Amino acid sequence: MDKKSLTRRLGRPVLGTVAALAMTAGMLGTGPAKAAESFKIGVVTFLSGGAAESFGVPAWNGGKLLIEALNRGGEVPAPYDKKGFGGMTIEYVLVDEAGGATKQVQEFRNLVQREKVDAVLGYVSSGDCLAVPPVADELKAFLILYDCGTPRVFEEASYTYVFRTAAHAAMDNISLARYMKSKGIEAKYFAGINQDYAWGQDSWADFVASMSVIQPGAKVKTALFPKIFAGQYGTEISALMREKPDLVHSSLWGGDLQAFVLQAGARGLFKRAQVAFSAGDHVIPQLGNKMPDGIILGARGVNGLAAKARPNALTTWFWDAYTKEYKVFPVQAPFRMVQGLLGLKTAVEKAMVANGGKKPNAEELAAAMKGLEWDAPSGRIQMTLGGGHQAIQPNAIGRTKWDTAKGEMTLIDVEYYAAECVNPPDGTKAVDWIKAGFPGAKCK
Amino acid sequence: MTLLRSVPAASALAFAALVLAGFVLPDWAMFLVTMAFAKGLVALGIVGLMRGGLVSFGQGLYFCIGAYVSGLMANWTGITDIFLLSLLGVLAAGAIGTIFGPLLANYRGIFFAMLSLSLSMILYGALSKMTTLGGTDGLNVAAPTFLGYAPEGRPLGLALYLYTSAIVVLVGGLMRGLFNSQRGLIALAIRDNELRIEYLGASVRTAMAINYVIAAVLGGLGGVISGLAIGHVDPEFSFWTTSGEFVFVAILSGYLSIPAVFVGSILLEVVRSFSNLYFPNTWQLALGIFLLLVIVLLPRGLGSLTLRRRKAKEQA
Repeated sequence: MDKKSLTRRLGRPVLGTVAALAMTAGMLGTGPAKAAESFKIGVVTFLSGGAAESFGVPAWNGGKLLIEALNRGGEVPAPYDKKGFGGMTIEYVLVDEAGGATKQVQEFRNLVQREKVDAVLGYVSSGDCLAVPPVADELKAFLILYDCGTPRVFEEASYTYVFRTAAHAAMDNISLARYMKSKGIEAKYFAGINQDYAWGQDSWADFVASMSVIQPGAKVKTALFPKIFAGQYGTEISALMREKPDLVHSSLWGGDLQAFVLQAGARGLFKRAQVAFSAGDHVIPQLGNKMPDGIILGARGVNGLAAKARPNALTTWFWDAYTKEYKVFPVQAPFRMVQGLLGLKTAVEKAMVANGGKKPNAEELAAAMKGLEWDAPSGRIQMTLGGGHQAIQPNAIGRTKWDTAKGEMTLIDVEYYAAECVNPPDGTKAVDWIKAGFPGAKCK
Repeated sequence: MTLLRSVPAASALAFAALVLAGFVLPDWAMFLVTMAFAKGLVALGIVGLMRGGLVSFGQGLYFCIGAYVSGLMANWTGITDIFLLSLLGVLAAGAIGTIFGPLLANYRGIFFAMLSLSLSMILYGALSKMTTLGGTDGLNVAAPTFLGYAPEGRPLGLALYLYTSAIVVLVGGLMRGLFNSQRGLIALAIRDNELRIEYLGASVRTAMAINYVIAAVLGGLGGVISGLAIGHVDPEFSFWTTSGEFVFVAILSGYLSIPAVFVGSILLEVVRSFSNLYFPNTWQLALGIFLLLVIVLLPRGLGSLTLRRRKAKEQA
């Protein structure tokens, strides 16, 4: 029998059967039966693609560690020593966020309607965070956005069943501008290198606006927007060297940030200008001592090294458990995943007190989560913006310093900012608040 | 069997089956089928081009135009009627298609593919820069209404599904009519020998341009439905990976059967959705293996299954 006739003979029955099976199983299959004493969450985060290594995977590592510890019960320090969520075992369904907003809307519907999850926690990408919430409200499904940065989610719309348990991105750049002032870093001219998409464009706009209020004399020398995942920054670095700004702002992340640090370091940029990375802490485990000393960086909250520098029982428990399990220290993303999960735990338990100990439905969860406050390894999280749907949290900015004796990176000159100091009050858009000169900011 | 050979009868039967299915399918499956049909429409346009030997790697351009028309019209003018939005999306895509069609009709093979790809990437780049339109994050689209009827929840999903099914059946029937017509047969002949067609007195260029405009219109229509169904549009609609997916559905289905295009599109969505859930870390691998199997076992696409059955019947 030659190859052609073999495929011909096999092709129809095999593929026909596979297709028929897949279609029937897919269309009519129902989700697995639910145990009475469990709370099922859908977790959506990047497991592949550019944001996986920096955000998605470490975030889920932190989440998985916390869920397992909670399910065993009594391991996490008080007030989280109760087993699971209010005694219920936590079950999870993990979904890869790669593939764009279209796919995520579909997968969200599948999680809610097919897998019958009780809540969904997810989304690193701002595009996904804008696309999924309307669907959550339509399906009356409880949704926590745990990572994404765009302020647009609750500034342009309002939702009943959607909450974001991390501060939005305006905080990162307001804090950076405040840090320059308080550390006496006078910038006559400053420049920016940010990726050419919403995150990079917004970060730069927020930083420029903040600087014009805090250091009105500082002038923008150049704003560079290489495309996302470019990986090569030869031209941009040349431009920065030629323009000689005192300060370079960047919201680069992941592989792009690593590439930029390595290429700019080799050409001496860090010796000529003060460089500030608004969200740069997450590349330290990969770069190690190749991250130069004296870089000003933030971690989008009191996360990673900044949290370690200000320990409490909860932070120390998380830091040690994570480091022991994964042989690397936790950067910002796992902190945000953990603060989302702890917020959900607090809301579930609050709702159970209100409803007499039953598993709460989406309405009860939403009522409990609105305006909630709880403690996380990153500090106190308060759902104050967007009518109680958007969190604010404290922030920290510091400078890198390689500890040669211990062979590890440390943060020095760390400044901590109260949540109300770097986040707008409810009802004010972040951009307007910055332009108005931060009215009502409560700083220490 | 002879009854099924008549296109209107087969279309009516298919539509009846789809309507019945609408009342049985769970919500998520209905949404999946709606999306698969919307993408299938775009792939059908590529199938029309493929019959003439061309493959466009840039149908995302029209898909994106349709989707943004549906989104921006609703946001700017408050029009949410799905019939009107579909018409506007089709007109916009058709107009752009009419401009580029005659230009691209002179090119073949990789040149045509790359030019169509570059046009879609120009739109992607432009939309990414336009922060007023939400930049790379895109913008949300209001739920559609149906001639004044404004459903919510499951009725909305059902209405969208029925609307999409009706369009798919109608377009499928029309395309079958076109493929069987003289113009459609000329496209097949062009694939075999362009020179001979010119000597026969037909214009290859016109035929190609018309196929391109038809593909643009179908792309716009699929985009309008996708945008409204998802409730969010972003420049990703015009990205080359989106266009690549349409090409894949077209190749998966082959150009022999029109229903195969929509079955292929549903199959791809089902496989992707379940592999994504059951193998969150290796779903691309599962999807890749599936694609590989189809290409190795059915090199002429899913449509060749029906053709074989028909041949077997005729021989018996």
